Amino acid sequence: MPDLLDIRNLRIEATSYPPDGPPRDVVLVDDVSVSVAKGRVLGLIGESGAGKSTIGLSAMAYGRGGVRLTGGQVLLNGRDIRGLGAAGLRELRGREVTYVAQSAAAAFNPAQRLMEQVIETSLTHGLMGRAEAEARAVGLFRKLGLPNPETFGNRYPHQVSGGQLQRAMTAMALCPKPDLVIFDEPTTALDVTTQIDVLAAIKDAIRDTGVAALYITHDLAVVAQVADDILVLRHGKKVEYGTVAEIITAPKEAYTQALVSVRSIDHVEKGEAPSVLSIQQVTARYRGTNFDVLKNVTLDLPAGQTLAVVGESGSGKSTLARVITGLLPPGRGKIVFGGRTLSPDLQSRTKDDLRELQMIYQMADVAMNPRQTVGTIIGRPLEFYFGLKGEAKRRRVQELLDQIEMGKGYIDRYPAELSGGQKQRVCIARALAAKPKLIICDEVTSALDPLVADGILKLLLNLQAQEHVAYLFITHDLATVKAIADRIAVMYRGEVVRYGTKTDVLTPPFDDYTDLLLSSVPEMELGWLESVLAHRKMESAGN
Amino acid sequence: MHPILKLVVQRIALGLLLLLAVSVLIYAGTEALPGDVAQAILGQSATPEALANLRESLGLNQPGYIRYFHWLGGVLTGDFGKALTNGQDIGQAIAQRLGNTLFLAGCAAAISVPLAIGLGLVAARYNGRWPDKVISGVTLSTISLPEFVAAYFVIYLLTQVIPIFQPVAMVFPGMSFWAKLNAVALPVIVLVLVVLAHMMRMTRAAILNVMQSAYIETAELKGLSPMRVIWKHALPNAVAPIISVVVLNLAYLVVGVVVVEVVFGYNALGQYLVDHVAKRDLPVVQAVGLIFAAVYIGLNILADVLAIVANPRLRHPK
Repeated sequence: MPDLLDIRNLRIEATSYPPDGPPRDVVLVDDVSVSVAKGRVLGLIGESGAGKSTIGLSAMAYGRGGVRLTGGQVLLNGRDIRGLGAAGLRELRGREVTYVAQSAAAAFNPAQRLMEQVIETSLTHGLMGRAEAEARAVGLFRKLGLPNPETFGNRYPHQVSGGQLQRAMTAMALCPKPDLVIFDEPTTALDVTTQIDVLAAIKDAIRDTGVAALYITHDLAVVAQVADDILVLRHGKKVEYGTVAEIITAPKEAYTQALVSVRSIDHVEKGEAPSVLSIQQVTARYRGTNFDVLKNVTLDLPAGQTLAVVGESGSGKSTLARVITGLLPPGRGKIVFGGRTLSPDLQSRTKDDLRELQMIYQMADVAMNPRQTVGTIIGRPLEFYFGLKGEAKRRRVQELLDQIEMGKGYIDRYPAELSGGQKQRVCIARALAAKPKLIICDEVTSALDPLVADGILKLLLNLQAQEHVAYLFITHDLATVKAIADRIAVMYRGEVVRYGTKTDVLTPPFDDYTDLLLSSVPEMELGWLESVLAHRKMESAGN
Repeated sequence: MHPILKLVVQRIALGLLLLLAVSVLIYAGTEALPGDVAQAILGQSATPEALANLRESLGLNQPGYIRYFHWLGGVLTGDFGKALTNGQDIGQAIAQRLGNTLFLAGCAAAISVPLAIGLGLVAARYNGRWPDKVISGVTLSTISLPEFVAAYFVIYLLTQVIPIFQPVAMVFPGMSFWAKLNAVALPVIVLVLVVLAHMMRMTRAAILNVMQSAYIETAELKGLSPMRVIWKHALPNAVAPIISVVVLNLAYLVVGVVVVEVVFGYNALGQYLVDHVAKRDLPVVQAVGLIFAAVYIGLNILADVLAIVANPRLRHPK
């Protein structure tokens, strides 16, 4: 029997328009062959730019922007879909193949009720009548664990949570009874505690409906839970292909081995030290609201060490950074920094207060002026705080660039010419230029690929050893925390629920929330998802 | 109270406040004009006694703010006063002409708004291809013509080359609806040509802007036809800017079409206003000015309210 989807020697190109020079064609996917049998799930994994979404969308003969399929065959149910015209492709899309996007929040039409969108393809393709489609949608809502499945579809996208929207998107993809569903990073934008539920819902739905799936992600631990086979991609080329067990237990290629072992930084926590930052009973709320986003937060950060603040979105961890930097004056409590009490608001802080407290952000590319060169960006704090000019400034910028392991050629480049990891490095150098005592790192590795993030973390640890700078490291990623922290504070709904040295925080017995958080982090082993869920079920039965 | 109702009430209250402020401006502006009303009425040869008498009888000797409140009180009770030039009741004169103005504007809007939005959707559907270029080119050239040129061109074309309409748009009370429609056909065509491009281009731009969204990709990956993608998924999310431009054009159709009225001899408010500006008939200018302001403010409130109602986040709060 032929496979459901059979991609042979696929080649995909796009036209790139570099800022200097004429447009040129770039190859996004080169000579990739892959097949999916009925009812199987294939994981496509790789870092950004590996071509995994591009390959996924090629199964619908869809190219984003100027992306073109220029070679090879895409056989679906035995026929080459590259030969289908526009009308033939419309028949195929939404009927044989459906798509689940990364950000369901953006992928749903905000002006239409969920039910209309979920059943739309079933109606437009004439697959079933309205009543039948609605009944099927309600059944899928129930199967995916959505609240009040009977009335869920009456809501608008903005009325439900991110995790629920992602499940609704899965229902939308499954409603027309497709042969193949493409899941494009469906859980990447979710909190880790939400991710595990959505992942389980998707896995159940795939199993119960017997549909085949392409599951695209950059997270090997996630794909190991849902896929049967895995294709590892890099720079648009196939690196390795095998069953899940083969890939995660016995990877052959060096790149796959690096992916499997990516969370392997060993960091031994440091001992006691005098504190550089002490947050004392801080309570804060945003203007015009009557809800405390931070409740009685007390934390201590020893000089030259790293305090990791973890929690899901809405836990108040970024608000804490705003309070420390003076962007949001606290309602109560005080902040002692370097032995002196900081004034609550930014305007009345001294230049030294500002200099010694620097910040690095999640989105490196929006944290830099795109029209300034790397040299100007890093040179600005040198000039502002130390009055460096001309040759002296340029020499210091070059020193900083050497420290962040970027060579000579970068000083006159623009941010647009740098990769994501390089941009984040420049932001680190800019923070370092002020010779701070403390750098607040707000989700600095969240937008980066695992291997690149790994490099950034190693760099931060090296710089800490050299410069004796302390980090307040805000993140939702517990693997990062384990890699870098000396102390950990777990936040939940504005409160610190657990705080102490890394060893203390990560050693049982846990409080309920920390337990939930820790057990939700996907681990790179077969059957992890089932065992966690079974364990939780037993516990809730025991209560 | 439902948040939408609250917003609507707020907008209307603000609109009324604004209208009050505009009434002060209009009154102060016309009062500040140089010259003497009594002199203007009686002419250069008037005796000083006659002038003094007339001033007394018109109340011109009272301070300005007292006269403003008298005027405002009259307006609020529907009494716009009498025209200085011919002593006619302004309220009555305006009522008939306002009807004509609204009839012409309504006919032009009934054709131009659906046509502009439809053309905008088609242009967005075939973005960059020949239907888009033809639509953009034609509407741009019609908006680039001065109104009177367009008017004479249309008169020449549809009364001389193909004689199907009459060149003068005379309407009078007692005419049947169809006779009126036939009479205003030419000015309506000219007005449609004038306002089409603006609304069409805004529709096209708003749709194309939304077409970049992730949910449009979702719709395309559902295998929907391009027109369904635009109609069901793009348009509902692009209505706010379209509404505001449509309303601006509606306001223009009511208050800004004096040139077309003059060319076609159509007896409506614009011409009435211009005539009485020339004759320094201040009560008429004030009354018509106030009505135009009310139309502008009212239509803009309508645009605000429609934009609010079109937003599902406001219509269906969490």
